[in-house]
Amino acid sequence: MTQVTRVVVTDLKRTQIVMYAGASGDYNPLHTDEPYATEIAGNPTVMAHGMLTMGLAGRVLTDWFGHENILRYRARFKAPVWPGDTLTVTANVTSMAEGRAEIALVAVNAAGTAVLTGTATALVTGETE
Amino acid sequence: MTGIPFPIERGHVLAFARALGEETAAVPPTFPIAFAQFDPDWPLRMQPGKPWNGSGAGPGVSSNGTGGLHAEQEFEYFRPIRVGETLSARRGDGRTWQKPGSRGVLHFTERHFEFYDADEKLVARSTTVSVRVEEAR
Repeated sequence: MTQVTRVVVTDLKRTQIVMYAGASGDYNPLHTDEPYATEIAGNPTVMAHGMLTMGLAGRVLTDWFGHENILRYRARFKAPVWPGDTLTVTANVTSMAEGRAEIALVAVNAAGTAVLTGTATALVTGETE
Repeated sequence: MTGIPFPIERGHVLAFARALGEETAAVPPTFPIAFAQFDPDWPLRMQPGKPWNGSGAGPGVSSNGTGGLHAEQEFEYFRPIRVGETLSARRGDGRTWQKPGSRGVLHFTERHFEFYDADEKLVARSTTVSVRVEEAR
């Protein structure tokens, strides 16, 4: 298996963004506070944390290779993610050497816009299929 | 041990994993970002006795957040993080660079947190790249 495509969230809920704020400690009201997000920040609604998207996309890596085998994970935040978004992640193994896989991944919203691109390195064990 | 203690607590890991739609307490690769909960200098947390941002009776006032947009993030692991251990976090500055953008000059700043274990071995490194736009005049 050299490619995985998976929907990591369907119709993202504001409450999930609140859960992420609470767990991560990123309490910027931009992410959780509708009056602040719209009237002060000038956004259409609250914006999901880029780190929430990175975490959701990371599930594709951990389900594929195992939590303990992720050696490196880097992401670039390309476009905002909003409540109601459905995100699909495609991850590809781009090279393999000495038991390590190099991976490239992209997360897109329902409109097909890339919201996050990333790379990762994972240790490939006998159980990875 | 120098640095800021980062206890890896099962409940914290579980809350973080649940926010990502998982039900296990395995440590997600992005979990070190939650060190913010223990960072005494983290600006995006309510400090007792100080004014807090966000809406209340009114919509609130603009804050600068962490002083830029989060552009990129990287986590590197030298061994897995284990629930129950306490890591020691050390802050470091990284590179700074700039490049022209459509709305003005983009200023990039890199910051690191390195997490060491009780044996002073490096366990993980977190790198945050933030970007600030200098509006063209």
